[in-house]
Order: sequence, then C-alpha cells, then structure tokens
Amino acid sequence: MSREMETTPVLELRGVTKRFGGITACKDITFNVARGQIMGLIGPNGAGKTTAFNLITGVYGLSEGTIALEGQAIAGKRPDLIVRQGIARTFQNIRLFRNLSVLDNVIIALDCHETYLLGASFLRLPVVMRREKAVREQAMAFLAAVGLEGKSAVRADAMPYGLQRKLEIARALALKPRLLLLDEPAAGMNPEESLDLARLIRKIHEDFKLTTLLIEHHMDVVMALCERIFVMNFGEKLAEGSAEEIQKDPDVLKAYLGEGFKRAQHTQS
Amino acid sequence: MWSYVSGVLSLGLIYMIATVGLAVFTGFTGLFSLGHAAFFAIGAYTAAILTYFYGYNFYLALVLGGCAGAIVGIIIGYPTLKAKLRTDYFAIATLGFGEAIRVLLENLPITQGARGLPGIRGETTLPVLVVAAALVIWTAWNLIHSRHGRACIAIREDFVAAEMMGVNIFIGRLRSLVFSAFCTALAGGLFAHYYCFIQPSMFTATMSTQMTAMVVAGGMGSISGPAITAMIFIGIPEALRVGGIWRLVAYGLMLVLIMIFRPQGLMGYRELSVDMVKGWYRRIWKGGRA
Repeated sequence: MSREMETTPVLELRGVTKRFGGITACKDITFNVARGQIMGLIGPNGAGKTTAFNLITGVYGLSEGTIALEGQAIAGKRPDLIVRQGIARTFQNIRLFRNLSVLDNVIIALDCHETYLLGASFLRLPVVMRREKAVREQAMAFLAAVGLEGKSAVRADAMPYGLQRKLEIARALALKPRLLLLDEPAAGMNPEESLDLARLIRKIHEDFKLTTLLIEHHMDVVMALCERIFVMNFGEKLAEGSAEEIQKDPDVLKAYLGEGFKRAQHTQS
Repeated sequence: MWSYVSGVLSLGLIYMIATVGLAVFTGFTGLFSLGHAAFFAIGAYTAAILTYFYGYNFYLALVLGGCAGAIVGIIIGYPTLKAKLRTDYFAIATLGFGEAIRVLLENLPITQGARGLPGIRGETTLPVLVVAAALVIWTAWNLIHSRHGRACIAIREDFVAAEMMGVNIFIGRLRSLVFSAFCTALAGGLFAHYYCFIQPSMFTATMSTQMTAMVVAGGMGSISGPAITAMIFIGIPEALRVGGIWRLVAYGLMLVLIMIFRPQGLMGYRELSVDMVKGWYRRIWKGGRA
C-alpha cells in the first residue's frame, strides 16, 4: 500500500448539506474517517445522524457538498453502486430478509461479488455450482465471525433480537466493505447485551481491519469503542474530538450528555 | 374418455407453464400483475401468425412467440419499473396494459380483429407440453437458486436492504418480468396450437387474475405450489362440469377455503419434496391409528 493511500481518509465529508423543503436536516457537515479508525457519530434524536448515513450511502441526494470514499467522489451515485465501491451499512430498525434462512441472508450479500452470467444461471452450468458451493462456505465463515454458525438454517425473523443484530452485521461484513456504517447497533439492548455487542464490534474491527463509523446512544458502547467522536445537534456540528475531550466539552454536556453525565462519570471513578 | 382427460391435462400444463413464469415474478420478486393475459395473447398471436400465414416451423414459432412476449415485457417494464411503481400502482398499470393489448388485437388487420384466427395447425400434443413444462420449471428453479434469482428474492423481502446489498432493483425486477413474460407467451403459443383457434376475447383481465390467483393460492416463494395449483384450478372445474353453472361456485369456494385454511398458500415459501410427502404420509397414517 502506498504512503498516499495510507494518509487518504477512507471517508471524507466536505460541507455536506441536505434540505428537505424548508428543513435543513444536515448543515455544512465536514469530517474525515481515517483508515482503521472507529469513529462515533452521536447527538440527540433528530440531530441528523441517520440522514448523514443516508447521504453517505446514496439513499438521499446531497443539496450541497462532496463525499469521497478513499479520494473518489461518490455523491450522486446509485446506492447499489456505492455499496459495490465498498460501503456497507446496518439499519437502525433491523432490515433482514425475514423469510429467508440466516445463511441465505449472508449469501445474498456475498452474491454482489459474483460475476457469472444470467445464461449460466438458467442452465446451471458447472461454474454456477462451483461458485454456489464456494459462496456457502464463505457465508458460514462470516456467520462464525459473529458467532451464528449454529443458526445457519434458522429463519432470520425466528431469532431473538440480539442475534438479528449480529446477523445484520455479518451480512454487512460479507459485502467485504472498506467502510462499515453501523446505525445504532445496540438499540433496544440492555447494558449487558450492549457491552457484549461492543466486544463483538471491537473483535471484528481487529479481525477485518475495518474502518467503522458508528451511530449510537449507549454512551458506554461509544466511549469503549470510538477513538474519535463527532457530535451533531439540529443538523449541525456541535463538537469533534477524542472520547475524553467530548466528555468534558461544555456544549456537548449541555445539549446531549446532560450535566449529570459528568457527575456520574466522576462518582463511578 | 382418455381424450377428455388428456384435454384437461393439456390445458392444465399450459396454465402451469404460464403460472410458473408468473410465480418467479409475483412469488419471488413480489410484484403483482393483472395483465399477464396480454403476454399470453402476444405469444399466441405471434406464434399462430408465424405458422398460419408464413408457414414457420412450430417450435421456432413458439420460441419467437416467447421472445415477442419478452420484448413487450421490456417495453412495458422499462417505464413502469424505472418509475419505481410497486404494489397496487404497478398492478393497475399492468391492468391497463392488458386491456390495451386486447383492444389492439381487436383492431389490427393481421390479427383479423374480433373474428380471430381459425384453422391454426394443431401441433401442441401432450408430450410437447410435458417437455415444455419440465423445461420451464427447470429453468425457473435454476434461476432462483442463482445470484440473479436471489437478487429478486431480496427485492421482495426488503428492497431498501436489497439495494444496500448491491442489488440493482430496477434490473432485478425487469429481469424477472421479462422471464415471466417469456414463459407466459410460450404458454400462449402452445395454447394457440392446441385449440387451433384464437380470438381477442379469450385473453381478458379475468385470465390475468386467474393466473395471479393460482400463484397466490399456490404460495409465494414457491414453484411447485403454483404449478400444482394450476393443475387443480383447471382440473376441478372440468371434473365438476356435470354440475353446470354450479362449478363456478365450487371454484370460488375453493379459493375462499385456501385463503381461510392456508393463507400462506398451498406451499408458501416451500417446495414439494420427498421428505414433505413422507411427513404427510406419516401424519395421516399415525392420525388414522390414534
């Protein structure tokens, strides 16, 4: 890998703005995610965090600004092409393929790297059978990475909530992305489950050397994982810095964490 | 007697071919059509005109009829699917399309309008139908067990998530529409050369709804389900023909009973397999002794 590649941020947002009619959901957002980093994106409900994700993944078009993945502009492209360029995401409200098996959920993600042609599919040529076998094995490996290898034949929506979250992460990993976007992976989990999830995210981050951008409300998860944090409020940047800096920032305490957060941290330590 | 039974079987197989094609579109891709009779008609007329007026080989005419259906599928699919029409909106668009094609057939000189085409060569035999049905089922099964078919299934399950798996939603839906249009048009060509007579009033919206009803009653996400239902839906009204007008009531009752007792359809999200038949056998056998 060249030196230039190492210093180019994996994700770069410059002056990203999105207006819905008269409402500005994101206003002049600028930040970088460096290679190998886990970055946190936090802020009160309605601050524009998920909108930022939707802009990065091309679900919405930008009103202003630029977004680049490893130096290449991606704004304005179709979502499926952005995914193929290397961005994978999970959803705040789980979006699995509910009627399909756990294994098939991951296989569909792996399919995006397959290249055999439609004619080969119709006639089920040997190349298809070979690839099908290889894809199944790979899918099992990704399930093993999140600890779901024993559930491969279960219907996705028959699993408990926490495991569905893990499957969504496995499915995102199977896209073999350069950047992983996690939208509230610990939503609806109790403190124990969310710490377990934090451990899993840490583990896959190390195993796959994956640059990650994370939206989360569980501060214990955010503080445990994120090297850098970007705080949004009313669609605008409120603060940016390391976990310690953010915890001490008076604006963040006032707008989001609450004055009590500082005292709670203080009494715990 | 045998000729009567083989007649019912033939019609059942013709519908099976169309229904399996439609199952890929409705059962696996999740889009509802109320206009597939139009593809059936296009296949029937194209194949019949080619053999009747131009003396084409029967099999070549069948394939060309299927291709004509596929091309029209692209023409109707491109604007509707590009505009991301789904659910009832898409169904209404296809309803209009189906009626438009029928009116077109009634007014074109080559189709001889409402008089229809009599005296088409009767080359569709039972073995031809069996082979054609087997081929269609085989290719449909292959398709849905490949990356192309799984993309369609992903679109049915959750198109937002599918897009985030790198699936091009427009291409996935269009591909599935074109496949179903080809199969339905192929069935139309076989139909024309079985009855030796076609006229536009055969291909009404009722026929389209019947095909969609077969898919839904057979079960979403299944190929064997709709294939079996096509046979049953053609076979039972024929078997009840002695009952006169009451057979239509039986037909309606059958639909209502399926929707009450098996809302997921005969085979919702499953396929007929040896294990499944064994399971039924065991249940009935043990149930009988208990």
